[in-house]
Amino acid sequence: MLFGTGEPFLPMSEFLAMGGYAAFVWPSYGVAALIMVGLLAATLKSLRSGEATLRALEGSRPARRRRDRAPASASASAVNAPAVSEVREG
Amino acid sequence: MHRFANPARFQRLATAILPWSAGATVVLLVVGLYFSLFASPPDYQQGDTVRIMYIHVPAAWMSLFVYTNMAIAAACGLVWKHPLADLFAKAAAPVGAGFTAICLITGSLWGAPMWGTWWVWDARLTSVLILFFLYLGYMALVNAFDDPQRGMRAGNVLLLVGIVNVPIIKFSVEWWNTLHQPASVMRMDGPTVAAPMLVPLLIMAVAFTLYFVTVVLLRLRAEIVQRRIQTMRLTQAAE
Repeated sequence: MLFGTGEPFLPMSEFLAMGGYAAFVWPSYGVAALIMVGLLAATLKSLRSGEATLRALEGSRPARRRRDRAPASASASAVNAPAVSEVREG
Repeated sequence: MHRFANPARFQRLATAILPWSAGATVVLLVVGLYFSLFASPPDYQQGDTVRIMYIHVPAAWMSLFVYTNMAIAAACGLVWKHPLADLFAKAAAPVGAGFTAICLITGSLWGAPMWGTWWVWDARLTSVLILFFLYLGYMALVNAFDDPQRGMRAGNVLLLVGIVNVPIIKFSVEWWNTLHQPASVMRMDGPTVAAPMLVPLLIMAVAFTLYFVTVVLLRLRAEIVQRRIQTMRLTQAAE
């Protein structure tokens, strides 16, 4: 023990008892851990799902890029064509 | 349409910082928990409940630190229309709200055995509760508009108005009679907390700060990805 809290090796049960305040000390640490780990997990989940959506969207874009470079290639733009005409007419 | 000041530069910076901030967070949390739970003495008056302080006080500092940073970002977002500043405030809000919730709950768990009550409507506790509602209100407001930019602007105004609460929280223990004790670390005449307790407190404070940096960088990334998705969907719909 760095600051000499008395006994160098506290029995496990005594440590868990927190001097009789276990019902207040452990929930405090538990709540903090729950919120901080939960926030991190939610953040990583939304980042992963967002990146997956972005990849899927970018996967449907090469058609447009090819059309930009070679406007004559009608087959490449076919994927986007229906949606395009609908929007313009509407 | 969203224009980014320089998202590519941000991504490079985030990639460089993230492994270090994440690693340092884990190391400091482990060391901080060791000092908080094992290598520090129980208080001569409060016994082992003093260990709640090593969570409660850093969380309270973070709740104010995060809000102040969000308000500065809000000002930058409103004045210079810096889109990353808007996104920073949005990314930081749930983390700040989380720290405020930790502060309130651990404070209640500390108050019950030491003050004999879970809650009192005194100046310090009430003003921190208002801070918690400011975080929640900002998060609701930002997402309440169809146009994300209008939501950001409304949220930024709320953040700037709400900053008045920060000094009220800080000085509430001096201005009013309250059950809460006055500052014992952030004092003009130096901290009055004994070194064996100051060490775990400061380690946990740095660990919480690095946790915030790590999570906010990840959330900023997620926000940028969401903006890109939105932009792509808009351009696809407009073609």
